[in-house]
Amino acid sequence: MSDAPTPAIHDLGGASRYRCTPVERDEAPPDAFGKRVDALRQILAQKGMMTVDELRRGIESIPEADYFTMTYYERWLTSITTLMVEKGVVRPEEVR
Amino acid sequence: MSAPARPESIALLERLVAALQARGLVSEEEIAQRQASTDRASPEIGARMVARAWADPEWRRFMVANGAAAAEQMGVSMAGAPPLGILEDTPHLHHLVVCTLCSCYPRAVLGYPPHWYKSFEYRARAVREPRAVLAEWGTVLPAGMQVRVVDSTADYRWMVLPLRPAGTEGWSEEQLAALVTRDVMVGVALPRLPVAAAAE
Repeated sequence: MSDAPTPAIHDLGGASRYRCTPVERDEAPPDAFGKRVDALRQILAQKGMMTVDELRRGIESIPEADYFTMTYYERWLTSITTLMVEKGVVRPEEVR
Repeated sequence: MSAPARPESIALLERLVAALQARGLVSEEEIAQRQASTDRASPEIGARMVARAWADPEWRRFMVANGAAAAEQMGVSMAGAPPLGILEDTPHLHHLVVCTLCSCYPRAVLGYPPHWYKSFEYRARAVREPRAVLAEWGTVLPAGMQVRVVDSTADYRWMVLPLRPAGTEGWSEEQLAALVTRDVMVGVALPRLPVAAAAE
């Protein structure tokens, strides 16, 4: 093949393993859990407690096995929780 | 893919919220208000922008030059939001929007991204076999039409300004806006006339 480095897990553009796999046409809005995580992220961002880039870094550092089994908003929650612990906002034992 | 969150995740969210509440950093009222304002953003906003661009060339130039300013004129607050790029379709060029890395989406004018937009399949395939993806939406482009796939990012969001369909001459902006669905503004679909109107 090539000497190109293996893409990071989130770098899915063109990933061959999904070729010809139909896109599941799920039109449902986020569920209550998803909307709550979404709202929480916006509030923490508005208050200057985290940025979108920090959210991304947290999501993109989720181990591969978890990245592909978590739901979308579970990945967000994992990242937000990690950030709040890293920043010393909450204690690890509170969110264990 | 769209499986419900696991009970342990729901419990973790409540522990995190409780820890933040205990420090006075977040309240239930704030969460409810933020959720309500997020729920209010919908593709109807983007559709009104597109319909106006079809009807008014001057507005079209303004919108294409500065999508965020155009959204603001529609009453949307773009404070803190990344720039909004407008992708003009032509008779020879069709645009498709994806976020290969995650889920970046012009939420202010289209609402929550649908689940499929965030799916691994869409993210992987939109840039590799866009015509095959379009075909799943029943969108088959003429062979000579170029497809340009644009990757939305955390720093720049995109929406498609499609071609105004033939047969809509004299339509009001409200009638035109009704043709412009979320899928049309992502680029997976083309505006379609209602069957009754098309048959006239």
